[in-house]
Amino acid sequence: MQIVCKNLTFTYGKDKRIQVDAVKNLSLTIEEGEFFGIIGETGSGKSTFIQQLNGLIKPTTSDELKVGEFDLLDKKCDYKKLRSKVGMVFQYPEYQLFAESVFEDVAFGLKNFEKLNEKEIEEMVRSAIEIVGLDYEKIKDKSPFDLSGGQKRRVAIAGVLVTKPEVLILDEPASGLDPEGKEQLLELLHKIHNSFVKTIIMVSHDMNMVVEHCTKIALFNKGEIYSTGKPFVVFEKLDNLEKVGLEQPLTGYLKKELEKKKVSVDTDLTVDDFVEKIVEKIKK
Amino acid sequence: MKDVTFGQYYNATSFVHKMDARVKILLSIAYIVAVFLVKEFHFYGFLVAFLFIVLTTIFSKVPFFSVLRSVKGILFFVIFSAVLQIFFNTAGEVVFSWKFITITDGGLLKAGFIVCRIMMIVMGTALLTLTTTPVELADGIESLLSPLKLIKFPVHEFALIMSIALRFIPTLMEETDRIIKAQKARGADFESGNLIKRAKAMVPILIPLLVSSFRRADELADAMDARCYSGAKGRTKYKKQRITYRDIIGFLVLAGLIVGIVFLNGVL
Repeated sequence: MQIVCKNLTFTYGKDKRIQVDAVKNLSLTIEEGEFFGIIGETGSGKSTFIQQLNGLIKPTTSDELKVGEFDLLDKKCDYKKLRSKVGMVFQYPEYQLFAESVFEDVAFGLKNFEKLNEKEIEEMVRSAIEIVGLDYEKIKDKSPFDLSGGQKRRVAIAGVLVTKPEVLILDEPASGLDPEGKEQLLELLHKIHNSFVKTIIMVSHDMNMVVEHCTKIALFNKGEIYSTGKPFVVFEKLDNLEKVGLEQPLTGYLKKELEKKKVSVDTDLTVDDFVEKIVEKIKK
Repeated sequence: MKDVTFGQYYNATSFVHKMDARVKILLSIAYIVAVFLVKEFHFYGFLVAFLFIVLTTIFSKVPFFSVLRSVKGILFFVIFSAVLQIFFNTAGEVVFSWKFITITDGGLLKAGFIVCRIMMIVMGTALLTLTTTPVELADGIESLLSPLKLIKFPVHEFALIMSIALRFIPTLMEETDRIIKAQKARGADFESGNLIKRAKAMVPILIPLLVSSFRRADELADAMDARCYSGAKGRTKYKKQRITYRDIIGFLVLAGLIVGIVFLNGVL
């Protein structure tokens, strides 16, 4: 599903004197198949923007807002169906767990969206739990509150993946995870990206992660899009990322330092590519 | 969710803001008593009370709009009690009658009277919370309740519980908002279905909220322990409350209000 958004503005607060434009005149198109990164400092409107995409908040004004065939500006838009196609994983998703067993919690979304029989439900829950890398038989009857932090997050993500959404939106999915947990999470994202999930949209503060994994990014600043494109292009163009409250990925810093020493490296800033290009240079 | 004005402090530096919280609490209680002193159907008394509110609002630099907005929260209650009076009070002469509905002039008067009374009280007390921070308020209550220490009542702990509760209202609101959105994204539906179905739909919100409240309480307790909090014993205050000329003027103005109301009760 292609996501098209034109001139979207969202204003917080009804009272005119304390109104804040969280998002201003924002236009953005996200193609199907993208692993799209959204970066920007706190308060730059990232979270507000992604919540528009499955109708959790509605734009104050907008010329166009379409997710696939869903027209979100149309009053008759079927939000329930939209939400089953556009999965949303909030920051710290483990805080939304509530049910008595892992099975019940993961099945919650499924039961809300579709009328299925027991067997179909069990099958889909099983596949969702297995895809996030947990042992279905071992975990299904446990209370979600008895799990470890990392497991809780996986269960919460399984609860979103269970409806097999075509678009998956994640708000800071790696925050609070240790390096190994981060690694596993991204592995999981790539795995589902190659199966039923067509598009992934990820909000992140981790520039290394963004440059390593995203096919395209948008840099938000004060509710507007500062720049968008392939990650290395966005980072390349910005001499002064601190101005928009961000930093270069490590490879970006290295590249700039090398340039000061009159060594230019033509790289897309992923670690593998960076190393390869450097090795090439040395060999010459 | 974001419209709740309860305990919303309006930040400003003014005569009323600088008054001692204890005095303001006492004056608020005295003010409520004064409003109840207004004899039935002596509406001029309310006019004096309203004048007092306007005067205090001006001297507190709070926009009058904010004071008025405080009524919004109890609007349902106001309308409910007015409707009760209009339809069920049978005092006085009948002014309107249709089938089983009879409306009397006594009922109308009483309804108007009750509406005025509630609005005056709410607006007056809103001025207290608008001009006093929750911390000052809790300190003030602690100080006013301190005589209870004689009967071993844990006044300090009581005040602490109160200020923590007040402090966490906005935090919990934000949390609730987030959980509602997260469950909505998973297809939860809070708007349709009968009462039982809607009550059941609250479970996925209330349980995560409860869990995170306990977690927060635990974390807060740890943080207080880490900073060696050990209760009231030997604890001093960063801001000592002191009675100043402002408080004396406050007392005088309120005394004037009470005298005015009592006077009007007798005359008109």
